Amino acid sequence: MSGLLNVSSNPHIRSHDTTSRIMLLVVLALLPASVFGVYHFGINALVTILVSVTSCVLTEYVYEKLMHRNITVGDFSAAVTGLLLALNLPATVPWWIPVIGGVFAILVVKQLFGGIGQNFMNPALGARCFLLISFAGRMTDFTYDGISGATPLTALKMGEPVNLMDMFLGNKTGSIGEVSVLAVLIGAVILLLAGVIDLRIPGTYLLSFLFFILVFGGHGADPEYLLGQLFGGGLMLGAFFMATDYVTTPITKHGQLVYGCILGILTGIFRVYGNSAAGVSYAIIFGNLLVPLIEKMTLPRAFGKGGKKA
Amino acid sequence: MARLTFKGGIHPYDGKELSKDKPIRDILPQGDVVYPLSQHIGAPAVPAVKKGDYIWAGQVIAEAGGFVSASIHASVSGVVKGIERRLTVTGTMCDAIIVENDGKYTEIARPERKPLENLTGGEILQYIREAGVVGMGGAGFPTHVKLSPKEPEKIDYVLVNCAECEPYLTADYRRMMEEPDKIVAGLKAVLKIFPQAKGILAVEDNKKDAAAKLREAAAGETGIEVKVLKTKYPQGAERQLIFAVTGRKINSSMLPADVGCVVDNCDTVYAIYQAVYNGRPLTERIVTVTGDAIAEPQNFRVRTGTNYAELADAAGGFKSQPEKIVSGGPMMGFALYSLDVPCTKTSSALLCLTKDEAAAYEPSNCINCGRCVSVCPGRVVPSRLADFAERHDEEAFVKADGMECCECGCCSYICPAKRPLTQYIKSMRKIVLANRKKK
Repeated sequence: MSGLLNVSSNPHIRSHDTTSRIMLLVVLALLPASVFGVYHFGINALVTILVSVTSCVLTEYVYEKLMHRNITVGDFSAAVTGLLLALNLPATVPWWIPVIGGVFAILVVKQLFGGIGQNFMNPALGARCFLLISFAGRMTDFTYDGISGATPLTALKMGEPVNLMDMFLGNKTGSIGEVSVLAVLIGAVILLLAGVIDLRIPGTYLLSFLFFILVFGGHGADPEYLLGQLFGGGLMLGAFFMATDYVTTPITKHGQLVYGCILGILTGIFRVYGNSAAGVSYAIIFGNLLVPLIEKMTLPRAFGKGGKKA
Repeated sequence: MARLTFKGGIHPYDGKELSKDKPIRDILPQGDVVYPLSQHIGAPAVPAVKKGDYIWAGQVIAEAGGFVSASIHASVSGVVKGIERRLTVTGTMCDAIIVENDGKYTEIARPERKPLENLTGGEILQYIREAGVVGMGGAGFPTHVKLSPKEPEKIDYVLVNCAECEPYLTADYRRMMEEPDKIVAGLKAVLKIFPQAKGILAVEDNKKDAAAKLREAAAGETGIEVKVLKTKYPQGAERQLIFAVTGRKINSSMLPADVGCVVDNCDTVYAIYQAVYNGRPLTERIVTVTGDAIAEPQNFRVRTGTNYAELADAAGGFKSQPEKIVSGGPMMGFALYSLDVPCTKTSSALLCLTKDEAAAYEPSNCINCGRCVSVCPGRVVPSRLADFAERHDEEAFVKADGMECCECGCCSYICPAKRPLTQYIKSMRKIVLANRKKK
């Protein structure tokens, strides 16, 4: 035997799960929704996606280079943020909207708070809300096939009928990634099977939302209204891809259940009583702010705690 | 029926196929034999021999240095070369008795033993103490102390830990396959001390053949049962084992006896058998020599004091350059920087890996994924404890139940950001314990 040996503290083996592998899986799981969005809305959707991802990755690279920090674009978290941001934008936005959004998401929401793992709010959603407030007109311009139509959720709010099958398959207008519930669910199944997410947050989110709509929605148990609410807007995309963002959700298992319930109720309040039809983004970033409190209240009980010595 | 287990835990690659079918082979020490005076938890043993003395195999060469201590016996015959500071597996230096092996293995006369039926609990305890038996699962707690709880009549379970949940280790497995009757006989001796107790042999379900052997050996014995547990690391951790089998929970400040349990490792019970039935002290154990760097992985019956380098040679040496060598299992073992250390009563394995996974990944920021929380058998929040440890916030660390950590390593193993969580927590625990001692 020649050569020196490594010495370190136990354990000496590691799982092969890494941050970059997790992020790549999320990208993979977002592909069905992205591909459908491009197919549905055409080339501008593709441009929006590419610009948004590039903007996020470049912002992260340039900032870290300037600050002499480790370059972390290799963990693909900036790419995930860029993709999620694009999927939350209408396909009609001009190219500079995703540029501004990407810079805001990575620079203001993520890097200024310390980079990956340190942000208290989902960067993509933070940027989306920033864009909604700043460029309200362009951000709600859901023109599709040359017709500036209302999203099904707005129609639902107005009391107009909606086609549930079209909503499920994606034959409607809305943000790039949220139109096809089916495509989002395929991605969700990928994440669930790969063990990246579990059903704690999405399950409690969707159930508590349904319960809220059932009681306060004003339409009782009308299945068309309930399913329309479930399939409409960014609820599915939000519940499976953004409410489950590790960094901005409670680390405790019970906390995740509480968090999911809070999101469901908040989304219900915003959708039923709010002015705009969309409530998911606001509900999630509001929920993000409650995470430290939820964690504090739901710390697990240490094994054997409270046991008495004989 | 749901399989017996606990909440949390991990399923690492277990590597047991490398050595599980290799029968136990005897190897004899070639060079000098080295006996560190601290091979157990508690006070170091006190030398009973001096330089130049001739000693027989089985002779006491160091006496227990207190109640919580254990005596040490020679595993070879020969001449005492001296008492020197030597490197031990934990990386610390320790006084050790060095013996020049004469290669004759002349044994000292062993005491006569009465049949078990005629022995009292007190006599059995005395035999175990005289034989220097300590917990051979890794911790090395003197067994006679464990078997002397304040209220022996309140013990209702004697658990034999045959889980062997550490990856790569097959020493206990070979013992169960080859000498199950002796493990059962050892358990019977312990049950003599606790007549009210039920004996349970707990085996993981990846060793069903071993469980069958034990069952066969225990057939007809009333009050002894084999229980099969779910295969999961750390199923053999004391607290998790007690919970899986009995549903009772203990925390870090309690002893198994507080919930009416006594837990002994499988090989410890074998050592008890040798002490009580044959008057044979603890001078040998089974060591698994394995890993992808070893030419022919083996299970050796090794005399204590044998140099680790000889074990690697006996297993055909290295087929490729090892990057990391571990004494014990990959989850809780100690990394060695030199093979020039002696095998002790608690050496379960010599693991030689061509790749050091701990060094292969660069640690990055915590992404709050919660995997450490899911796997932690102590039900604490490892990522937060590691933060407190990093900031040296002793108060917050203790308040967040940092002292409940059993250092099993699951959190470091699972962390996708590859943070050395266990290391942070382990260091902080040491500091807290040291500060408590000062007060």
